[in-house]
Amino acid sequence: MTFMKTILGSAAALALSAGAALADPALIYDLGGKFDKSFNEAAFGGAERWAKETGGTYKDIEIQSEAQREQALRRFAEAGFNPVVTTGFAIAGSIDAVAADYPDTKFVTIDGWVDPAKHPNVVSILFSEHEGSYLVGMMAGMASESKTVGFIGGMDIPLIRKFACGYAQGVLAANPDATVVSNMTGTTPAAWNDPVKGSELARAQISQGADVIYAAAGGTGIGVLQTAAKENILSVGVDSNQNHMHPGQVLTSMLKRVDVAVFDSMTAGADLETGTVKVFGLAEEGVGYALDEHNASLVSDDMKAAVDAARDQIIAGELKVHDYSSDDTCPVLKF
Amino acid sequence: MDKMPAWADAVLVPLISILLAAAISALVILAIGENPVEAFRIMVKEALSTSRGIGYTLYYATNFIFTGLAVAVAFHARMFNIGGEGQAMMGGLGVALVCLYVPWPHWTLALFGAAAISALFGAAWAYIPAYLQAKRGSHIVITTIMFNFIAFSLLNYILVNVLRPQGSMDPATAKFPEATFLPTFQSMFSTADTVMFRNAPANVTFFVALAACVAVYFLIWRTRLGYEIRAFGHSETGAKYAGISPVKITIVSMLISGGLAGMMALNTTMGEAERLVLNATEGAGFIGIAVALMGRSHPVGILLAALLFGFMYQGGSELAFWTNIPQQLIIVIQALVILFTGALDNMVRMPLEKLFLSIRKGDA
Repeated sequence: MTFMKTILGSAAALALSAGAALADPALIYDLGGKFDKSFNEAAFGGAERWAKETGGTYKDIEIQSEAQREQALRRFAEAGFNPVVTTGFAIAGSIDAVAADYPDTKFVTIDGWVDPAKHPNVVSILFSEHEGSYLVGMMAGMASESKTVGFIGGMDIPLIRKFACGYAQGVLAANPDATVVSNMTGTTPAAWNDPVKGSELARAQISQGADVIYAAAGGTGIGVLQTAAKENILSVGVDSNQNHMHPGQVLTSMLKRVDVAVFDSMTAGADLETGTVKVFGLAEEGVGYALDEHNASLVSDDMKAAVDAARDQIIAGELKVHDYSSDDTCPVLKF
Repeated sequence: MDKMPAWADAVLVPLISILLAAAISALVILAIGENPVEAFRIMVKEALSTSRGIGYTLYYATNFIFTGLAVAVAFHARMFNIGGEGQAMMGGLGVALVCLYVPWPHWTLALFGAAAISALFGAAWAYIPAYLQAKRGSHIVITTIMFNFIAFSLLNYILVNVLRPQGSMDPATAKFPEATFLPTFQSMFSTADTVMFRNAPANVTFFVALAACVAVYFLIWRTRLGYEIRAFGHSETGAKYAGISPVKITIVSMLISGGLAGMMALNTTMGEAERLVLNATEGAGFIGIAVALMGRSHPVGILLAALLFGFMYQGGSELAFWTNIPQQLIIVIQALVILFTGALDNMVRMPLEKLFLSIRKGDA
């Protein structure tokens, strides 16, 4: 009997706390953590910007295990947070399982795909990473003198193959005789945060002749960029603008505006349009290349003109960049 | 004569270790400006006082029971099986294959089939290091830990290139068919009026884990094989003299150990996720080492230690929800418990032994 009381008591407490937090947004980071200098940190940046501009508050959590995905979603939904924004594709399955139980809560999955016909309260936000990678690939192809460029990914998963495939297409479009060397850092989640290994791989690729290296590996990329700068070759950053990390030595960064997606979702709040799949491509400026004072000297006018022309062609639909995730193949790169 | 009574060895030493770890954790929490009493209250409330919290605690505990037993069985033969992680991963692969490709009519049959195959896959993954140890003298610690990395890579390759449904971005298998879904505590214990264990991942595998505890007890202390394992563990030369084959014991105890680790996948893969994901084991194989050390390689101790770690996992994640204590600090607290119960065991044991000796001298 006392046990039942405890349960009822805690249920009542939960109901009370539900009223207090009403309509605050919540943010769930993927495994890998909030401060990964890349993907999750971009989401954090977007949320911070929202909090600063609106004076609102939000709750965020870094999950620690697979079972916590569903737990965190339910916790936030039951406590009245709205919308619940999530990063990373891996949580999509949990949202699919949970969303129907909380029809009044809006869920946002960044990078994940949840069937909009099945869940009217979920919006999936996807990025055209292959298009952004194509543009930085073109720049790498033009900047390379050795005709060998490198790609360093985090884990060998479809999302990273999508980056690699777009990049290789861009390189070959600008420099048809070029060779693309591609390596993945590891096979465990630790691969997203292993700058030492990133540095080793960069050295290995340099010894194979690479003189521009693109890192799509989260925190591991920091090691890649650092080694590239030390060895006097160029590198390409990812997700956030990383040009400033080694001014004059980072050719450009492939921007993936996760921060904008988070900011927009939180700004829309309870009025967020759901039941759709939004694709953030070049046209929406969801992806792109970074140009600022740190890399202005590296990007020639020809380079900029060629890349901008390609961008316009892609937006207009005249140039198609093959998307690895559409059919799990890449015409120019073997995995 | 024993230096101290058995109850002190089994209960007092771990208890004092936990209290020391808790005291230092409290200081750490104080140092970042949070209230340790409040933090502890949240952990207890959210992990132990609601049926849902208990459902999560038991879910995590189930994993740790399997991996703890796995480490314990090998430890009785004086081998350190650090490969629980990889063996559990292979067990998960086995579970995924039978759940996806065998048309099971009912979950009970599926559970038996999956239990057998997960144990088989786990044992097979432990066999190679065991063989190398028994026949070639390659150290089991080194080989099992290397096999963890091989398992990670193999699973990554298989999930991305073979078992992933086309077009899916997630390196995971498709959802298992509904007939293989294991009953959760919610469906087992809820009545028409009250829902118990709402949405908690604890499932019928917990009882499989309890059965495994009983089975390991009988194996180690009530069978001839168990006697041989213990004899070999205490003295290899003595065991040889008694006609026990070191090769056989090394391999058999590692097979049992790997099988137990593999069965952990029943809980995570079949019970919770209902599909095989890349990161299904999440370090439970390593936590199993701490659980076995703390539980003195005895099933009852392992059960209690697994419950403690289940409580810390669930309580820790609730702390992250309701306080500003960062996740990293929760890992620090978990690490402190492991440090005190595993590595600093003698720090508590030796003074205690002296204490008991002096008490006895006083009696005599």
